[in-house]
Amino acid sequence: MQDVLFYCFAALTILCGFMVVANPWSRNPVTSAMFLVLTIVSLAGLFTLLHAFFLAAVQVLVYAGAVMVLFLFVIMLLDLKEEARRKIRGFGMISGGIAVAAVFGIIFKTLVFDTPRLSAGLSAPNLEGVTKPLGETLFTRYLLPFEILSVLLLVAMVGVILLSKRDLR
Amino acid sequence: MTAGLEHYLVVSAILFCLGLLGVILRRNLLIIYMSLELMLNAANLAFVALSRFNNNLDGQIMVFFIITVAAAEVAVGLALIVALYRKRQTAHVEDLTLMKL
Repeated sequence: MQDVLFYCFAALTILCGFMVVANPWSRNPVTSAMFLVLTIVSLAGLFTLLHAFFLAAVQVLVYAGAVMVLFLFVIMLLDLKEEARRKIRGFGMISGGIAVAAVFGIIFKTLVFDTPRLSAGLSAPNLEGVTKPLGETLFTRYLLPFEILSVLLLVAMVGVILLSKRDLR
Repeated sequence: MTAGLEHYLVVSAILFCLGLLGVILRRNLLIIYMSLELMLNAANLAFVALSRFNNNLDGQIMVFFIITVAAAEVAVGLALIVALYRKRQTAHVEDLTLMKL
């Protein structure tokens, strides 16, 4: 049952990820954003299969909720009708495809040849990513990074307010 | 075949390469941004898978941090794109070849 679900979610993730990047029917950024939402939701499904329940919820709330709403707002703020008229140049497509295929080849080779050796010594997984142990680790061992992160969010907020003032100087 | 560590890592690698392809291929700033999010999510998946199969919670904490940083990054980046669009009326990288506003 879990394996069937894994293959379903993995196929959905990769298919929707492909549709974000290279949708053959539509060049509209809104379509890409919607497929990105689907990708993120199916990734949350994969997180659930990995027993990372809290992160699956956070993924849906933060990414599919907050970040994508921000994206859609900006898409609708900008008038991007021009995008559909431009065509992708063949040279960029070929060279980019070759570069990405090379990167994938390197990663895949590493995974296929090194991961069996890596995972041979592992015991059976019994980790549960529920809120309690996650929160305990976050507020004891990782307290300082957590506080720094809150400062980072404050900096981002101030930066956005500064950037969206009418006369940028 | 049961889904082991390498299955998740392969999905993560494919997703990362799709994001990279988007950054290289697409010329729209917003879609480049979405591809960046795709790459970050691929890294998240690898972190969660390794955390699960190593019985170590640190990877999930790292994913938590990555999600937060990504949210901040998206906010700042989209504000920059909007500011740029106001000045130059375009969100296309081929029209943005000057460093001067």
